Amino acid sequence: MIKKLWPYTRGYRKWIALGVLCSASEAVFELLLPLVMADIVDTGIPAGDTGYILRRGALMVLMALVSMALGVSAAFLSSHAGQGFGANLRKAQYDHIQAFSFRNIEKFSTASLVTRLTNDCNMLQMSLMMGMRLLVRAPVMLISALVLAVSISLRLSRVFLVAMPLLLVLIGLIVKHVSPMFSSLQERTDDVNLVVQENLSAIRVVKSFVREDHEQEKFRKRNDALRATAERAFGFVVMNMPVMMLVTYGTIIAVMWYGAPLVQSGELQVALLSTFFTYITQVLMSLMMVSMIMMMLTRAVACAKRVTEVLDETPDITDAAASSGVTAADGSVDFDHVSFKYSPDAEKWNLRDINLHIPSGATVGIIGATGSAKSTLVQLIPRLYEAQEGTVRVGGRPVGEYTVEHLRDAVSMVLQKNTLFSGTIRENLLWGDENASDADIEAACEAACAAEFIRRMPAGYDTDLGQGGVNVSGGQKQRLCIARALLKKPKVLILDDSTSAVDTATDASIRAAFRTRLPDTTKIIIAQRIISVMDADLIVVMDDGAIADMGTHAELMQTSDIYRDVYQSQQEGASLDG
Amino acid sequence: MAEHTTNRRPGPHGPGTPRGGFQKPKNMGKTISTLLRYVGRSRWLLAVVAVCLVLNTACTIGGSYMLRPLIDECIVPGDYHRLARTLVLMACLYLGAALLSYTYARIMVRISQTATHAIRRDLFARMQRLPLRYFDTHTHGELMSRYTNDIDTLTEILQNGLVSLLSGALTFAGVVGMMLYLSPLLFLVTVFSLGLMLAVIMTVGKRSRRYFMAQQRDLGEVNGYIEEMIEGQKVIKVFNHESQAKAGFDARNDRYRRSAASAHAFAGAMMPAMGNISHINYALTCCVGALLSIAMGLDLGALLVYLQYTRQVSQPISQVSQQVNNILAAIAGAERVFEVMEAAPEVDDGEVTLVHVRRGPDGALTEAAGRSDGWAWKKPDGTLAPLRGDVRFEDVVFGYNSDKTILHGISLYAKPGQKIAFVGSTGAGKTTITNLINRFYEIGGGLITYDGIDVRDIGKESLRRSLGIVLQDTHLFTGTIADNIRYGKLDATDEEVRAAAKLANADTFISHLPDGYDTWITDDGGSLSQGERQLLAIARAAVADPPVLILDEATSSIDTRTEKLIERGMDRLMAERTVFVIAHRLSTVRNAKAIMVLEQGEIIERGDHDELIAQGGKYYQLYTGQAELS
Repeated sequence: MIKKLWPYTRGYRKWIALGVLCSASEAVFELLLPLVMADIVDTGIPAGDTGYILRRGALMVLMALVSMALGVSAAFLSSHAGQGFGANLRKAQYDHIQAFSFRNIEKFSTASLVTRLTNDCNMLQMSLMMGMRLLVRAPVMLISALVLAVSISLRLSRVFLVAMPLLLVLIGLIVKHVSPMFSSLQERTDDVNLVVQENLSAIRVVKSFVREDHEQEKFRKRNDALRATAERAFGFVVMNMPVMMLVTYGTIIAVMWYGAPLVQSGELQVALLSTFFTYITQVLMSLMMVSMIMMMLTRAVACAKRVTEVLDETPDITDAAASSGVTAADGSVDFDHVSFKYSPDAEKWNLRDINLHIPSGATVGIIGATGSAKSTLVQLIPRLYEAQEGTVRVGGRPVGEYTVEHLRDAVSMVLQKNTLFSGTIRENLLWGDENASDADIEAACEAACAAEFIRRMPAGYDTDLGQGGVNVSGGQKQRLCIARALLKKPKVLILDDSTSAVDTATDASIRAAFRTRLPDTTKIIIAQRIISVMDADLIVVMDDGAIADMGTHAELMQTSDIYRDVYQSQQEGASLDG
Repeated sequence: MAEHTTNRRPGPHGPGTPRGGFQKPKNMGKTISTLLRYVGRSRWLLAVVAVCLVLNTACTIGGSYMLRPLIDECIVPGDYHRLARTLVLMACLYLGAALLSYTYARIMVRISQTATHAIRRDLFARMQRLPLRYFDTHTHGELMSRYTNDIDTLTEILQNGLVSLLSGALTFAGVVGMMLYLSPLLFLVTVFSLGLMLAVIMTVGKRSRRYFMAQQRDLGEVNGYIEEMIEGQKVIKVFNHESQAKAGFDARNDRYRRSAASAHAFAGAMMPAMGNISHINYALTCCVGALLSIAMGLDLGALLVYLQYTRQVSQPISQVSQQVNNILAAIAGAERVFEVMEAAPEVDDGEVTLVHVRRGPDGALTEAAGRSDGWAWKKPDGTLAPLRGDVRFEDVVFGYNSDKTILHGISLYAKPGQKIAFVGSTGAGKTTITNLINRFYEIGGGLITYDGIDVRDIGKESLRRSLGIVLQDTHLFTGTIADNIRYGKLDATDEEVRAAAKLANADTFISHLPDGYDTWITDDGGSLSQGERQLLAIARAAVADPPVLILDEATSSIDTRTEKLIERGMDRLMAERTVFVIAHRLSTVRNAKAIMVLEQGEIIERGDHDELIAQGGKYYQLYTGQAELS
């Protein structure tokens, strides 16, 4: 895990090294202080040498100041390194996601990607920061305290031989016992949160079925389980401290017992004995600290796993087979025995053996029931997904031969679930063409029948849309999305059910504008309303992943049962909606 | 519901924002007393904890003090008997300290878990009683974070923070007392360094707080940007907009990195600063102590014990300085939790209840236990009136906010067994009307009656049990398909579930699923299509078998062909019932007895299909596609 994340410390390795050095030296200085103290007590006091005492005292203060400087620097260095590492990691993930295909994104789900970029990254940068400060300090402290203790009295140091393994075993036992408890604690917590989450989003269902008590009962079960698990887990964790106290104090008493004769025989001085206590506490404390950090790191490891999952995901649509200079010659689109499924393991094909030729500049309508794979079909054209079998061609060339950038510049698509971004209307429209002039923008909006309502807005094109375009209605949003797509001046324009919230009159004038203003652009229109596609050069009727029928309106009315069915169901109801 | 939820904007905090980091509680006293009520339920355990704490502190301080007689009276003179006795005493003290500290820590776990368990329970219970208005004005994320962040911080503080604060204070007091006892002169040195520590805490703390606020702001911005860009990722790809999206991210990411680094640097500097001031204190004490020992004969044991105490005295201070922010954050969190609990619940003071009745041979109604001949309203005086499904609105005025009226004096009358349809553009007030029938919201003026009874006089539970609703946005729960259908009637048999599914034409797709009715649904039914989920929602309403039905865009995601297939089932479902239908698709409402065309909160046209077409008004325009519906 560390090996995988290490590259993202780039630019901050010097800081990490320096920070670790500072932390380590701080620990050493801290341990040297009691030695100087022992000098004062054992040498200065018996001799009554005031000058010696003051000189040693000044040395101690100086050492403390140096240690403080080191400690503060360590804090600065570690926080800069930690945050820098976090920023790198976030950027690496974010940039990598930009290269993802639709399939890659769907594999993770939006919410989980956001969590990985936010919570998980924060946890990891925090761990590096804490690790630099504490994880370094503990072993340094342990080793130097041991060395110093041995140098004071080898014989007394033998108590460590018993105390340390004892503490390690005890703590190990506790941790071993606790860690499965913590994972089940996490599960119980998730259970509780799930009930709350679902309850919140379905609150209207809960209220209208009068299921408040049922929900409370559901919650009670999980809440009880959470409490029981938490009590068991934390009940174990709190044993850590008393165990460590017992071992420490036991050691101190042993040192006293074995140390007294040494003091008597003059082998050891009294103040050194007291220094020894300090070391004992330090050594055992640092062991404690290590065990605590380990617990924290288990959480970090889970985060690291989730982050590396994103980083390891290979974008499955690349420019590998593309030659960089090639752009689409015209807007013709061909499907040649194309079959496709979203999941390679699935048995059922989502699209089966599609053969379709669309000449450049034609208008094509696609009709079919929910789930008949209309959207799937058109998403293969700008290579949002890749067909497993057969070839999709744009401008006579297989789509894989264009770079993704060139292909998508040529093929403009208005998605079914469309998004506007926070910013002004103009800023959103400029997504289509960064260098568009005001005249270009207005022309596109005119064609998409959006110009009129934009003019009525208080700030016109500079109206702020708010996050997700909350300040415009559904129909207005769809027209803005169409204008944005038009600004790309594409060779192929695809509308995936993009006028469902627009009234039929406006819908008709948008289509009329397409005909007059974009005669050379291939227009592919998915619609629920037959009226939206009636005048197309070619209408494709999809049924369960295959092309059921093809032809003009007049032909299909003769030949296609499905088409006639849909037509009639809409005629008698005059459906106005998608 | 879609008509008024646009105010559910993402909160200022992204999902990763640690909430409440530096928000100060507004009304600390009140929050603490509420908190104490929860903790106070275990008051006997608390008393045990207090006793343990005091004894534990005494044992620890006493144990350290034993060093003095050990050195002065046993080790230096070489009295081994005494050494053994004193060591045994010391061991007892330390053993006592360890046992006591385990005892109180373990009890605190129980106390804090009991308290937070009760808080979670009460919070959830209260949430069930809150009016919908509350959920409209608070985002889900905001309410979720009451459970995830706020209660978590609170548990942590109750479990560890509180005790360490108390034991810190006790230790501090005890150690200071011992220090004064050992050497008042040396204590002057200690006072000096303690003062220094406080000064550092004040100045560094103030600065780091400022940096932390900047960090919170930048973090919120980075998280917000991430959310927006990841959600719009597909559009970014379609427009080749990756490089711009990267540039926007880089700027925010870097700003956050800078401010977070400063914030953490200051917070992190606190610990070494405190630690080393304590070392300086140690050095000064050592020096002055040595001089005192020479000049005034301070005994060696006392000096060494004093030095041990020096290490102990600064610990509580740095501990508390680290805990203060956490404690403030926890109290602020608790305050937010209690705010939810104190929010006014739905008004529910109606006394008319819904009961099952059996019709006697003479036509008289008697109350029955199970599902029987029908339903009746039971008035507070015990009389029974049969439920007929007669709903009337008289001059109803309503607005979600007081400053914006949605319905302006609506009057309408649904005859029992009639199908009534609402047509109109988004925001015209269609869903609002149904929201008022089941009293999701309180009306601002006018009267709504149900079988002649003011809906406000009917108990909410009874009112809503009498109405079955299929909402526009389908929500499913984690569980099996059967569980989800059964949500409409918890004790429905497998046959009833299956029959309801068949009625909604959901049986076909369910039997194609790998585990049929036992297929496990997660993530709000994410693996099902929108249309399939709507079919489940219809089945759920069907199994409840309510006297009155409200269908709010219930078939909007079902294509016209499938809709035709379920039409017969729907007709059977709607037979003999009063039904309110809201639909975009006019084919769905065409055969309604009364169609109301709403515009801007007013009924502008009413009549059946043929009458409205003949009128040639708005309905005619909608029908012929001359007007926009969204």
